[in-house]
Amino acid sequence: MSEMTHGHGHEHGHEHGDRTPVRRSELGLCAFLLVLGGLVCVDALRIPDDFTRRGPVGPEAVPMLVGGLLVLVSVLLAVDVLRGGRGQAEAGEDIDPDTPADWRTVAMLLAAFLANVALIGPLGFPIAMAVLFWGSVYALGSRDMVRDPLLAAGLSLLTWFVFDRLLGVPLPGGPLMGVL
Amino acid sequence: MDAFTHLLDGFGTALTPAHLAFAAIGVILGTAIGVLPGIGPAMAVALLLPVTYGLDSTAAFIMFAGIYYGGMFGGSTTSILLNTPGESAAVVTAIEGNPMARSGRGPQALAAAAIGHFVGGMVGTTALVLLAPAVASVAVDIGAPDYFAIMVLAFVAVTSVLGASRLRGLASLLLGLTLGLVGLDQMTGQSRLTFGTLHLSDGIDVVLVAVGLFAVGEALWVAAHLRHGGSSPIPVGRPWLSRDDLRRTWKPWLRGPLIGFPFGAVPAGGAEIPTFLSYATEKRLSKHRDEFGKGAIEGVAGPESTASASAAGTMVTMLTLGLPTTAVAAVMLAAFQQYGIQPGPLLFQRETDLVWGLIASLFVGTVLLLLINLPLAPVWAKLLRIPRPYLYGGILFFASVGAYAVGGDPVDLVVLLLIGLLGFAMRRFGLPVLPAILGVILGPGAELQMRRALQISDGSLTGLVNSPLAVAVYAVVAVLLAWPLARRLVRAARR
Repeated sequence: MSEMTHGHGHEHGHEHGDRTPVRRSELGLCAFLLVLGGLVCVDALRIPDDFTRRGPVGPEAVPMLVGGLLVLVSVLLAVDVLRGGRGQAEAGEDIDPDTPADWRTVAMLLAAFLANVALIGPLGFPIAMAVLFWGSVYALGSRDMVRDPLLAAGLSLLTWFVFDRLLGVPLPGGPLMGVL
Repeated sequence: MDAFTHLLDGFGTALTPAHLAFAAIGVILGTAIGVLPGIGPAMAVALLLPVTYGLDSTAAFIMFAGIYYGGMFGGSTTSILLNTPGESAAVVTAIEGNPMARSGRGPQALAAAAIGHFVGGMVGTTALVLLAPAVASVAVDIGAPDYFAIMVLAFVAVTSVLGASRLRGLASLLLGLTLGLVGLDQMTGQSRLTFGTLHLSDGIDVVLVAVGLFAVGEALWVAAHLRHGGSSPIPVGRPWLSRDDLRRTWKPWLRGPLIGFPFGAVPAGGAEIPTFLSYATEKRLSKHRDEFGKGAIEGVAGPESTASASAAGTMVTMLTLGLPTTAVAAVMLAAFQQYGIQPGPLLFQRETDLVWGLIASLFVGTVLLLLINLPLAPVWAKLLRIPRPYLYGGILFFASVGAYAVGGDPVDLVVLLLIGLLGFAMRRFGLPVLPAILGVILGPGAELQMRRALQISDGSLTGLVNSPLAVAVYAVVAVLLAWPLARRLVRAARR
C-alpha cells in the first residue's frame, strides 16, 4: 500500500511552516485525539466495578490505558505541531499534492454514498448501487450521459446476479427484481 | 517428515477441479485488481473479501492465496509500465523497470518480474513447508505472557520501524485499538464504547475497518486531490527474455528469496526493506553497474523475487503465530476470523486439511500466475488506461458491496463511511494506516492474553515476564524503542 511508499516525511516543514490554516487543522487533529481519549476514559469509568469482574484486571483497565495514551499523544503532538512539525500528506499516482482539497467533489461523493444507504432498503440493491456508481463517477468528473448510466446499471445488475445467484451471498433484489 | 505427506494431501485438496478453478479465478481477479493503479494488494484482498462469503473455508482460502499472489504480481506491472508503484513492495521495481519499458525493453522487464515472482514464490513456499510445522510445534507450548509480548513487539515494530513520525504512528495504533475496544468485553460481557446501541455491542466488524480505511479512505483522499490528465502507460507486447537476459537474471532470481523470506517472517514492515536490500546487492554484484538507473534487468529480477519470497515468509508468521507482519496479512487474518478460524500454533493440528490445502494452493497459484500472466500481459497493460472516475467510483461501489454483504444492514454502510472519513483524515495528516489495522485486529487478542497472564499470576506484573521467550521479546522491544534515542545521543556526542 502506498501509505508506506512515501519517503522521508514529517519534515519540520519550514518552507511552508507557518501557514496558519495548516497549523490550525493539525491542532484540530490533536483536539480530536484529546476528545476521543477523554471519551474512552469516561466510558471506562462508567463500567460498574462489581462481582462481574474476573481476575485482577477488569474490563476497564485497557480502555483507561488506551484513553490515557490518546490524551498523552494528543498533547505531545500539539507540542510538536506548535514547534513546526507537520504531517506528510499521503502521495500517490493520481494525487496532485499542490492543489487545495476539492471539497465539492468529496461532498458529492458523500451524497452519492448516503443516497445508497437510504435507497438500498426500499429500492433494493441493483437500483441503489447504480445510483451510487453513477453519482460517484459524476462527482469525479465523468459527464458521459449515455455510457455512465448504462455502465452503472450493468455493473450493479451483474454484481447482484453474481453475488446473489452464483456465490450465494444474499442481496436484496428490491421491487425491480420482483418485476423482472 | 510427515510435512511431506500432509503437503501431498494438500495437493489432493488443491487440485480438485473446483478448487483449481477457484485458484485460477483468484489469480486472475487478484492480478486484475492489483494492476489497477492506486490499488495495492491489501486493498485488493479487502475489496475481494465478499466474493468468498458464500464459499466454504477451504475454497475461500485457496482463492485468497491466488488473490494475494496475483495482487503482489499485478503491482509490478503497474510499476514497470506506469512508474507508479501501487504498493511498497513494487517501489524498487519501478527504479529499473520503468526505464527499461521506456527504452522499449518492457517485455523483458515484465518477463524478468514474472519469472522472478515464480522463482521467489516457489523457493519461499518450499521454505514455508519446511519451516512452518516446526515453528508451530515449538509455538504450541508458548503461553499467554509470550503471546502478549509478541503482540507488543508487533505494535512497537509497526509504529517505530514504518512511517516517518513515531508519534503519528502511535496515534494511528491507538485509533485502531480504540476501534477494537468497541463491543462487549470478552471476559466479563461488559459493554464498552457502545453508547447503549445494540448495533455496536457486536463490535465493529474488522472487514468494515479494513475496507473503510484502505478503500473508502483512499478513494475520498484521491477524489479531493485528483490529478487531471495524468501520466499515460507504455504499451507493451508479450513478455520474453533473450539468452543474454537469462544469463543476467538467473542469479538475482535465486538470491532474492535468501533476502526476502527471513524479512517477510519478522514484523519489520513486509517487503519494503528486503526489496531495497536486494536492489543494493544486485547493484554491487552486477557486471553492468553503469546500467543501473537506466534500466538494468538485474534490478527488476532480484527485488521481484525478493518480494514474492517475503510474501511466503509473511505466511509463516501469520499461520503459525497468528501474527500479521504486513497489511495484506492483516486483512487475510481478518478473513480467517470471519470464518471463525484463529491462525496460530494450533491451526496446524485443528485445521490440517485447510492449512495444507492453502499451502499447496500457494504452489498452484505461483504456477498459474506464470502461465496466465505471461500471455495476458498486454491485456493487463490495457487496464492501466481505465478512466479515473470509473476506477475510484468502482472502488466505492465494491467497498459498499463488501460492507453490505457482511450483514445486510444499511447501518454497516454508515459505519463504513465514518471509518472511511477517518482514513481520509489519516492520509491528510500523515498517520500511517497499517498500525491502525493491526491495532483493530490484534488489540482484543492482546488484551485477552495480558489479562489471562495476570490472572494466573494473581495480579502480579511479574506474570508478564516469567518466561524466557517473553523476556527475550521485551529485550527486542527495548532495543527498537531505544534505537532512535541512542542514535540521537551518538550524533550529539560527535558534535
